[in-house]
Amino acid sequence: MDTFFLVASLVKIIAILAYIYGLLWVMGHANRWVKIGGIVLAFAVVQLALTPFGDFQILTAFDQGLLYQACAMTMVALGLNLIYGFNGQFSLGQWGFYGIGAYCAADITYRWINGDSRGLIVVAFGVVLVALAIWGIGKFLSRYRGIPVMSSFTLYLLGTVAAAAVAVFIGNALQPLLQPALGTPENPGWLNSEIALQVVFFLAVILAGAFAAIVSFLFGLPVLTLGSDYFGIATLGFTIVINTLMINSDTILPFPEMKGGRGMIGIPKLTTWFWAFAFMVLVIIVMRNFIHSSTGRTVMSVREDETAARAMGIDIAGTKLLSFVVGSLFAGLAGGVYAHYIGFLSPGTFDFLVGFNPLIIVVFGGLGSMSGTVAASFGWIFFLEGLLRVILSQMGTEAPTWRFVLYPIALLLLMLLRPQGLLGNTEWGFLKAKVIPLKVEK
Amino acid sequence: MSKQNTQNPPLTLETIGLTKRFGGLRAVGNVNLKIKKGELAGLIGPNGAGKTTAFNLITGLYKPTEGEILFQGESIVGPEPFEITRMGIGRTFQNIRLFSNLTVLDNVRIAYHPHAGYSLFDGIARTPNYYAKEKELTEKTQEFLAIFGLEKLQNEVAKNLPYGEQRRVEIARALACNPRLLLLDEPAAGMNPKEIVELMDLIHLIHDRFDLTILLIEHQMRVVMGICQHITVLDFGEVIAEGTPKDIQENERVVEAYLGKGAGHAA
Repeated sequence: MDTFFLVASLVKIIAILAYIYGLLWVMGHANRWVKIGGIVLAFAVVQLALTPFGDFQILTAFDQGLLYQACAMTMVALGLNLIYGFNGQFSLGQWGFYGIGAYCAADITYRWINGDSRGLIVVAFGVVLVALAIWGIGKFLSRYRGIPVMSSFTLYLLGTVAAAAVAVFIGNALQPLLQPALGTPENPGWLNSEIALQVVFFLAVILAGAFAAIVSFLFGLPVLTLGSDYFGIATLGFTIVINTLMINSDTILPFPEMKGGRGMIGIPKLTTWFWAFAFMVLVIIVMRNFIHSSTGRTVMSVREDETAARAMGIDIAGTKLLSFVVGSLFAGLAGGVYAHYIGFLSPGTFDFLVGFNPLIIVVFGGLGSMSGTVAASFGWIFFLEGLLRVILSQMGTEAPTWRFVLYPIALLLLMLLRPQGLLGNTEWGFLKAKVIPLKVEK
Repeated sequence: MSKQNTQNPPLTLETIGLTKRFGGLRAVGNVNLKIKKGELAGLIGPNGAGKTTAFNLITGLYKPTEGEILFQGESIVGPEPFEITRMGIGRTFQNIRLFSNLTVLDNVRIAYHPHAGYSLFDGIARTPNYYAKEKELTEKTQEFLAIFGLEKLQNEVAKNLPYGEQRRVEIARALACNPRLLLLDEPAAGMNPKEIVELMDLIHLIHDRFDLTILLIEHQMRVVMGICQHITVLDFGEVIAEGTPKDIQENERVVEAYLGKGAGHAA
């Protein structure tokens, strides 16, 4: 059993890495139809492996869980790679935004299936109104020069609070109208049908991302003026604050359904391979298109040399804020996917110590390498949570703890032998920058 | 502000009583520069005379303690450095500051970003506008590289280039900002005589071709005397002389500043 399991697990990890490589390769194929067909095939292969044929199933329910975790981790780590690897801002706040996304999305669907529409309505209107308020205030502020960052922050904060208050009002006003259609958990209405729930889940994940993005905007605006190291400490503080709020969500925050430190239970398990895959591919595409655009290049220039970038006409503060917001958006999306796979959110999951995981993945895969991050996310989850946990658990009940000794050693060795990370800054297939051909003189 | 109307030809850059103090040290004191449009001007002076500080003041990296800077008649004390660059002031650095891990092409393309002509949304959604503008942008930067004979090196990572070529990439990058005024901070530093001759030709070429006003800091007297039409000499943060290269060479205070007191009489 032992040898067989070990070999099977290793084969599985190698297969998954090959799968990632294949997926990125086919996504980068020149022919559009091959590309679409390849992505559908990549989806279908795993879907088939997840389908039980009698007693036989290639990927077990345990593997399925790992798969979803890996997809979520890919999104979180890609976001962090944008902030840290591409923009050079050392952030420990990614895990906090992941938590915000998870709780936000979970709250929306939890309330929805329990006949309360306010979660969705308030967040949806809130996100749109706050975005409009921020846009308007930004337009207004751009007419003046030399406004201290704290003053503009205060204006943005006031605008956000006002817009959020309007959203809460709208939510309360619409609730009686929507209540009959939602029904009760025992007697669900048409808005709680199978299909409607899928739509609500999709919206919940998107809104969770947008919510995290707005929080990151307000937090990043003043904090990003700090130098990189100080910024790291400030973001660590952010993750701790968010975690504390989660633990006390039923006492100091008005969210009794989150049940504070006891953990939020009863979240509908709506994440399927389709959604996990779709969101992951979406994040990969957006990330790649962002990096390989003119704005993406300015993001990298800030990492390379801030003074030079500034002298080249690059808005440093704006660029940092942009990559921070986009990175947090990815984390929020990942949180939504994770919450609806696990069905239970515990504040312990979002502890800042666990928050080092995406950082380790990003460094492990290679700072500034998107392919490295994707591969490392999958490899990490399947190796650490899959292989090591199972193997060590056969050696005694306490033995799995050893994996927290083994992987730091692996990390140490990697840093000594290959400080640029596993992939350095090489990219695979789809994620490669297009090599510009030399100009032909006529 | 009505001053520039009386000037003919118009001034591209003018500083009035420009002063910068770092604590008790006065790095630049009461400097009045007048750079005419289309001029190739030089700023010289011994080490620590405040030349680079003056550049940093003009580009907005430092805020002046006192004084005013006018660019094409408009005050540029206050705007952020990136806004000043977008108004039309490009620069290079004394110690080369390329984006070392990016390719030569990307270095120049980044400087062209404010003129890219497509939004982030275009970039992420890959709209037709993205493809069109990205192509245009790339071709434009390739033209800049071609002027400097760097077109074959476009896909090289900047840090792998030899020193002289890094210098040229830096000037190409500054040109991609589409400046009206180009500030060159010691462009010939660390170059051998042959490279210096090439550089002088290059500066003449871009000066004529892009209709630029150029202000350069230089230690190599061959370069300054060879190409500058007007020279300002700084010492201990103050202007001690200005005029044509010939005037400067004959100015006693300048010789003194460079060689020490008494040297002027000996020479």
